Amino acid sequence: MSRLLVKGGRVLDPSQGVDAALDVLLADGKVEKLGKRLAARGAEVIEADGLVVCPGFIDIHTHLREPGHEDKETIASGTRAAAAGGFTAVCAMPNTDPVNDTAGITRAIVERARSEGVTRVYPIGAITRGQNGEELSEFGDLQQAGCVAFSDDGKPVASARMMRRALEYARTFSVVLIDHCEEATLAERACMNEGPVATLLGLCGAPAAGEAIMVERDVLLAELTGGRVHIAHVSAAASLDAVRRGKARGVKVTAEVTPHHLFLTDAVVRESGYDTSTKMNPPLRSESDRVAVLEGLRDGTIDCIATDHAPHTVDDKHVEYDQAAFGIVGLETAVPLCLDRLVGPGVVALPQLVALFSTNPARVLGLPGGTLVPGSPADVTLLDLAKRGTVDPARFASRSRNTPFGGWTLRGWPAVTIVGGRVAWKAS
Amino acid sequence: MSFPHRNLLGIEPLEPAEILMILDTADALREILDRPIKKVPALRGKTVINLFYEPSTRTRSSFEIAERVLSADSLSIATAASSVSKGETLLDTARNLEAMNPDMVVMRHASSGAPHMLARHCSFSVVNAGDGAHEHPTQALLDALTMRQKKGRLQGLRVAIVGDILHSRVARSNLWLLTKLGASVVLAGPPTLIPPGLERLAQVTHRIDEAVEGADVVMMLRIQLERMAGGFFATTREYHRVFGLTAERVRRAKKDVLVMHPGPMNRGVEIASEVADGPYSVILDQVTNGVAVRMAVLYLLLGGSAEAAT
Repeated sequence: MSRLLVKGGRVLDPSQGVDAALDVLLADGKVEKLGKRLAARGAEVIEADGLVVCPGFIDIHTHLREPGHEDKETIASGTRAAAAGGFTAVCAMPNTDPVNDTAGITRAIVERARSEGVTRVYPIGAITRGQNGEELSEFGDLQQAGCVAFSDDGKPVASARMMRRALEYARTFSVVLIDHCEEATLAERACMNEGPVATLLGLCGAPAAGEAIMVERDVLLAELTGGRVHIAHVSAAASLDAVRRGKARGVKVTAEVTPHHLFLTDAVVRESGYDTSTKMNPPLRSESDRVAVLEGLRDGTIDCIATDHAPHTVDDKHVEYDQAAFGIVGLETAVPLCLDRLVGPGVVALPQLVALFSTNPARVLGLPGGTLVPGSPADVTLLDLAKRGTVDPARFASRSRNTPFGGWTLRGWPAVTIVGGRVAWKAS
Repeated sequence: MSFPHRNLLGIEPLEPAEILMILDTADALREILDRPIKKVPALRGKTVINLFYEPSTRTRSSFEIAERVLSADSLSIATAASSVSKGETLLDTARNLEAMNPDMVVMRHASSGAPHMLARHCSFSVVNAGDGAHEHPTQALLDALTMRQKKGRLQGLRVAIVGDILHSRVARSNLWLLTKLGASVVLAGPPTLIPPGLERLAQVTHRIDEAVEGADVVMMLRIQLERMAGGFFATTREYHRVFGLTAERVRRAKKDVLVMHPGPMNRGVEIASEVADGPYSVILDQVTNGVAVRMAVLYLLLGGSAEAAT
């Protein structure tokens, strides 16, 4: 019987409104109890003095790249990066090679995660076979094999009819569809946000409206079908507005935002002199979009913060800006960025941030965890709010280094990551 | 005074005094082109590589002549004949060239920002000979040299730039240069070909007559015929009718207006032949000044001082 006692910390569990100095006893992979001065009685003890003890953080938007792109990331390296970033679980997007569109591939991912992963891995299946937007994948089979949601991330379902059918069909299995919202014809050849910065740089831009059009469509289709849609990485003010109106009407829509869309704008493309670590999709938007998204985070329109961790090799990025791959890594920077830039200056209160990283993502996808209620999985994230550190991509556990945040000095870092009652990572 | 930059990536990063230094140096060096023996030893022993990833007639021959007049050892690489066609990356090509120890690489590339990457990773000087839709600094410099020659000044001139602003590196470089030196710029074209955000730097209009009205200079930009398929305009016929520079439209400008075009021209589309070949046209003066401006850029970046040239 493995027992772990997290002793002397400030327990912050938004799922039950707890914010108090308590010990947490974990036994046999479950939370056994929370209480004052719990006796160790043979349990291994984690001294949590000065640390914040939270339900394990869940990243609902991760690209683990395995199978098919193991040069960028593997399930082993990606979950090590997750643990080092304070995450106890990641949801793996299906745009692997082959695409995760059949139960056999899902099972292979689950199996590999069980043997080599250091955090939990929840696979996300493709909405359509091969993400080609034409034929539905077998949601039932995929769900049985372990898929927790469905998405054609990166290649959004272009046909409104197909998206409608998928939302309807998903109701059979009570699963959520996650959509990367992008009207493809408005984003042709684009490599950044359309606007004054792209104009001066001579780069082809994608207008924010191209995202909002699809968010509006998805909200209306969710309303039409009664299906549940989750909007991935909202980056535009108009998208947020569509989500807000949808929620007000009672549509089953939820939304996430990434740290880079909260803390950066397209101005950095110019300031960095075409540095390809500023290139991702959706692109960094204008300051007014950034402010709107931040406001959506504060007022609850945004349900969770997700990394969109998108590892790429140096070769994918060390090319001309318009030729470079889209995406940045995020697992090892998301939590310190949010602690430093949101909690530090008081933009978002700590309990709300913890909910955005744990309770809410668990609720959005119906995952176990996101809570320290006795009987729930023994997944715990410990934070050190006082620790100051500098982002050093050379020391990432991820196989990739593509980040625009290298060299940023941040206050507040993950300290210990506990998965299933075992220490998966501990700050050195 | 020596030029304080190692590279010429664009006009945007330059101070007005630095732009004037290049123009003054070009004025001083231009005289060499009229000599019976058009050669000076200014860059003897310097190696310059012209690396052209896009086809070019004017710019490339202009750089090559400038290099030869200044006695630099130069060679030109067109990508079809190089290892680029075998899949080599830009950085690998650049590092291989770097290993041969050139003093300068003059590069044209279809990707905006490509010369910035080269400058960041290599030790030689980089001259941007046109990158995507970003900048074409030597074109703006030769345009300014031509305007200054004909008008005696840049300050206070009203310059209309007409046509496909969206895809034009010439427009962007000219916009920076002219506004830095006190000219006022009006941009004109269909809304499909004018990208957002330029209102902060220039007057923007969708009526060519408004742009040409009272202009000291009218600069016409090439309209690429493939833009028609992209839905940027309906037909070349209508484009000419609505946005083309005709003799009738030129009459709205100042009496001594200069008509410019960076080339290559589409006669009968953005510019009527009678205008291109007419009395106001300085299109061929632009080409001649191109050599002088490139001589000045090579000379200043490779260590010459403005005083020594004059």
